[in-house]
Amino acid sequence: MTGDIELLTIFVLSVFVGFEVISKVSPILHTPLMSGANAIHGVILVGAIVVAGQAEGALQIGLALIAVVLATINMVGGFVVTDRMLEMFRPSDRRRAGGSADEQTQLPTPTSRDDR
Amino acid sequence: MSGSDTWVQLAYLVAATCFIVALKGLSAPRTARTGNLLGAAGAVLAVTVALVSEDLDHLPLIIAAMAIGVAVGVPAARRVPMTGMPQLVAMFNGVGGGAAAAVAFVEFLRSGDDDPVAVVLATVFSVVVGCVSLTGSLVTFAKLQELMTTRPVVFPGGRFVSAGVAAVTVGLGLAVAPTRSEGLLAAVAVAGLASGVLFVLPVGGADVPVVISLLNAFTGLTVAASGYVLDSTLLIVAGTLVGAAGTVLTRLMAAAMGRSIASILFGAFTTVSTAGTTGSATSTRPVRSGGPEDVAILLAYARRVVIIPGYGLAVAQAQHTVKELADVLMARGVRVMYGVHAVAGRMPGHMNVLLAEARVPYSQLEEMDQANSDMPATDVALVVGANDVVNPSARTETGSPIFGMPIIDADAARNVVFLKRSMRPGFAGIDNPLLYDPKTTMLFGDAKDSLAKLVAAVKAL
Repeated sequence: MTGDIELLTIFVLSVFVGFEVISKVSPILHTPLMSGANAIHGVILVGAIVVAGQAEGALQIGLALIAVVLATINMVGGFVVTDRMLEMFRPSDRRRAGGSADEQTQLPTPTSRDDR
Repeated sequence: MSGSDTWVQLAYLVAATCFIVALKGLSAPRTARTGNLLGAAGAVLAVTVALVSEDLDHLPLIIAAMAIGVAVGVPAARRVPMTGMPQLVAMFNGVGGGAAAAVAFVEFLRSGDDDPVAVVLATVFSVVVGCVSLTGSLVTFAKLQELMTTRPVVFPGGRFVSAGVAAVTVGLGLAVAPTRSEGLLAAVAVAGLASGVLFVLPVGGADVPVVISLLNAFTGLTVAASGYVLDSTLLIVAGTLVGAAGTVLTRLMAAAMGRSIASILFGAFTTVSTAGTTGSATSTRPVRSGGPEDVAILLAYARRVVIIPGYGLAVAQAQHTVKELADVLMARGVRVMYGVHAVAGRMPGHMNVLLAEARVPYSQLEEMDQANSDMPATDVALVVGANDVVNPSARTETGSPIFGMPIIDADAARNVVFLKRSMRPGFAGIDNPLLYDPKTTMLFGDAKDSLAKLVAAVKAL
């Protein structure tokens, strides 16, 4: 068992990490980012599996299995749908337009290495 | 969680790290796709570790339940048209909240009598907020799918009912701590489900995306609380990350719409849902409508055309046809740009996804500020299936529900052309004076049909 204070510490630090990581995002990415974050909380599936594995009696087992189904939908569906959205920002589409300097800075081109 | 072996904990740490890096990746265009895949990898790792390291009863049932989840989730995610994306994300979020609430509930049934008070309170939090997220998301789904009215739903004394239900929820929740009553926790869950519905009903359709983002943050916190109940650092980290990032994102979205979160949830739309519209007065005013040939001439002899796409374009699946029109015009030497409002479509960034699907080059996309500063030099603003995002009453009419929302100043262009199916108001349900402006031409019909006719008419010139 981890102590409450340790868990609280982890919680507080995670809040700051969450704020920092998403400090500045272009509106272009709001939808995929929301969808991706949505998929990440699908990891509640881990919790659902654990409680389902310890459940006793029809009520507990039934409820826990419902949780497993719902969490799986959240997690798997979330990542798939986010990937489908982001798939549309392929570099090949962008190159076709030719490469003005202005474009270079805006385009989602995973191939270019000048991120920093 | 019983899997306390060091390697199990290390694997969960790796998964948590994946989630952090994934969110970071998702916030920049170049790294977004990799980020998402990394998040998926972290999730798969965590689930695999849970399955092999824990001593699980009912393993076949668990696997079967996961198979059902995959069988439902993957086809839904694959098949949804890009236009239906916001609803689907809302739905996925809702079921996640429901799952987190159910997890906390089962854990309470199992060991609620022996848990410390802090754990019971976290359980109550998880059940309440998870249930709010579940039904709240279902209502947003219904609104976006237009299964119900997209207008704010208010009834007499609605605020008091909402506040009352919320108070009952909290009261019942606190009572669970001393009594450890399972029936009471079930009542709390029901009250939470009711609160979720009441919470979202008064929100206007145009503001629903912000609510989805907020509920997403709620679900994150629910997962974190469930993680505390289960003594799982992974769930605490992942849930808190999403809760914090979701809160930031909600504020960014609200800012993009020029509205505060409080006014979205409790304010403007509920009080002025009808007062701000001058609907009956304006709708009798004359409108100038034109045929495709008239509009084609206007476009073909323009020097600069700005296309302002809206949700109607997406509904008509006209992304590709609008690009065809742009190509034909550019072949004649017309400068064509797209003015993309931050909340065009149904969610911030939604229109960018749709235009990317049609392979419109990024260099032709202008964000709102750029589009507005170029608008006075624009000959024709071609508004395709948009309405609220070019409604000048957002600038002028203090009583209007969308007052203060940043808009694309289509009215600053020399000519305005609306491709619209009818004079029906937009998603926010309010009238648009620009439709009656003398320099505005209406081309009625399905966006895709109208665009195809325009392409043919321009080619024939």
